[in-house]
Amino acid sequence: MKKVYLYARFQRFWHWMQALIIFSLLVSGLEVHGLFTLMGYENAFHVHNFFAWGLVTFIVLAFFWYITTGDFRQYLTEGNLIEKIMMQVRYYLIGIFMNEPHPFKKNEISRLNPLQRITYLMLTLVGLPLQIIFGFLYYYYNELVALGMNPDWIEPIALIHTLLAYMLVSFVIMHVYMTTTGHTVTSNIKAMITGWEEVEE
Amino acid sequence: MKKLFFVVFFLLVSPSLYCSSLVAKTFHPPVDSLMVSTADHAKFDELKKDFKSGPEVTEACLRCHTEAAKQIHRTKHWTWEVPMKDGKMLGKQHVVNNFCISVEGNEARCTSCHIGYGWKDQKFDFASERNVDCLVCHDGTGTYKKYPSGAGHPAYVDTVFGKTPYPKVDLAYVAQNVANPNRHNCGICHFEGGGADAVKHGDLDNSLIEPAPHVDVHMAVGEDGLNMTCIDCHQTKGHQVPGSRYEPTARDVHGFDYPMPDDYPTTCSSCHGLKPHKQYSKLNDHVDKLACQTCHIPVMAKERPTKMWWDWSKAGKLNSKGGEITRKDSSGLPLYMSKKGEFEWAKEVVPEYRWFNGEMNYVTFMTEINDSGVVAINHPDGEPGDTLSRIWPFKVHRGKQPYDRELKRFVKPKLFGPKGSGAYWKDFDWDKSIAEGMDYAGMQYSGKYDFVETEMYWPISHMVSPKDEALSCVECHSRNGRLQNLSGFYLPGRDTDRYLELFGLLVIVGSLAGVVVHGILRFASNKKRMQDGDA
Repeated sequence: MKKVYLYARFQRFWHWMQALIIFSLLVSGLEVHGLFTLMGYENAFHVHNFFAWGLVTFIVLAFFWYITTGDFRQYLTEGNLIEKIMMQVRYYLIGIFMNEPHPFKKNEISRLNPLQRITYLMLTLVGLPLQIIFGFLYYYYNELVALGMNPDWIEPIALIHTLLAYMLVSFVIMHVYMTTTGHTVTSNIKAMITGWEEVEE
Repeated sequence: MKKLFFVVFFLLVSPSLYCSSLVAKTFHPPVDSLMVSTADHAKFDELKKDFKSGPEVTEACLRCHTEAAKQIHRTKHWTWEVPMKDGKMLGKQHVVNNFCISVEGNEARCTSCHIGYGWKDQKFDFASERNVDCLVCHDGTGTYKKYPSGAGHPAYVDTVFGKTPYPKVDLAYVAQNVANPNRHNCGICHFEGGGADAVKHGDLDNSLIEPAPHVDVHMAVGEDGLNMTCIDCHQTKGHQVPGSRYEPTARDVHGFDYPMPDDYPTTCSSCHGLKPHKQYSKLNDHVDKLACQTCHIPVMAKERPTKMWWDWSKAGKLNSKGGEITRKDSSGLPLYMSKKGEFEWAKEVVPEYRWFNGEMNYVTFMTEINDSGVVAINHPDGEPGDTLSRIWPFKVHRGKQPYDRELKRFVKPKLFGPKGSGAYWKDFDWDKSIAEGMDYAGMQYSGKYDFVETEMYWPISHMVSPKDEALSCVECHSRNGRLQNLSGFYLPGRDTDRYLELFGLLVIVGSLAGVVVHGILRFASNKKRMQDGDA
């Protein structure tokens, strides 16, 4: 067993801010949707809008960091991506029960496995931006209608926003569970806090 | 970092939480009589007379105010007629209602709220100038009262109606102390519509004479009160009082009336503009679809119960001696009267909400009604998609009233009159009373009547609450909220799609189940391996 420094300070900060923001958005959003009463509709509304801007801010900040530091290369893959993803999927479905080693070793140069790469890339480039766009369409509905948007679109906009939120809840559940599949049950979470992760030799 | 964000955020918004941009200030600065008028009517020789009747006073008024009666003749206060866009003639004189049903045949009683003298039957001369009653609106003394069954005349000698004394009116004293209408002048009819205090409208009653801010933030009296009176909003020109219930303005798109006024000075937007919410701009996004009244009048009849149900079909029960029965509740409100039937009252009533574009559809006495269900005597027009429609609050007055069961039309029973005239309130015979009323009106009656349930919509505009008592978001943005019964539009917090919810449930429960099963299998296989390893 050895320790490698996987997550820079900004990455850890960004990750946990993102976690806080998304958690707050989900809780307040689902309250606005009428699923439960926690802080009251009006507070939920304000909290939701506040963290929506927070999410946008942090995504912009992260893009800036990834581009300027060149760390976006972590998300690039050489060779057959599909094949590599399938290897990782096979590991989670079969190998993990056989005590097989992780198919891809973590190190400072490559900290993400192919499944993580594609998942986080889709989340950051497609899922969250889409959710943000529909959120803003929803919030600025009146202004957009004044600019000529069909007023009936509020329903599909609201429903898509809700749908993406449910999918995000599902992502969070699986994501949190996956953190326990590292070298030890807590090694991934420790790494995201300290930056250092215990990995297989 | 985020904490810092919060601190900065609250520092930025907190000042707006504590100081309002609108400081309540008495609307009417204290003035002496010189500030009010260039004329002191007490000094006019024309008014220093021993007037014998109302019309004599009017003649004196008209000697100076030469065109006043002609102006009055053009108002619906005088004609009790309102020609509608669809060609129907409405107004008090023609409209069906589910309180006392119809004016015609009962004039002498109903016209105690007419701004004229002597309208006791169809022969009333609407061109008469001397029959205009100036004093009922301009009495500044509070001593002028029309006698309830006097066809618009006050008591010229000391009289008693029921148990209420109507002392002789000192006409000269009233004439010498005329003033702009105050809330007593308007209230004598509009607060007591339907026959007594608070009966009819739900948002107009005598609690508005001296209301606390909670009852009506605009009309509130006292130190913190704005002390506005009726005519501050119902700004009258040439005796035409704007703000009619027959042709309301459901959505004012003009906004502020200063410096450029529109024809609707009574709307909220006339003073508050089209973006009235300063603190949370999202609230302004509601202005195009919600009448201000909907959120700012959370309940009506705040202090005094208003009538919600009037069942004429139960009328006519007499006691064993043939005398009339009156049953009252503990607070003294009548629940049953032989003359009128059964009543229900309610206080602090949550209004009913409907889309309303300003067009009210009325049934007339000539309309063929569908008697198989509840008949809407009037109903507001409007739908979510149309640009003029907004969600409005209404008092809906329900009840049962007589109709012609063959011709399927409402009928005009004669209620008021002497014994033997067929008047229901003396003879208690519906057949005779309807036949008499319809004959008087020159209308057809098959001779077969029955009772049908009706409902009538009264838009709510008064009794605006202070802003901190306005409805909170969740009153409507929730399942089973106040707008639960309005359909045809998407309301966040209330609406969703059942398939979407099902999908969400499957995805979330599915992923939870997935990780739990996966975890258990991992744990089990790990344990087995350990045991195998140990062995």
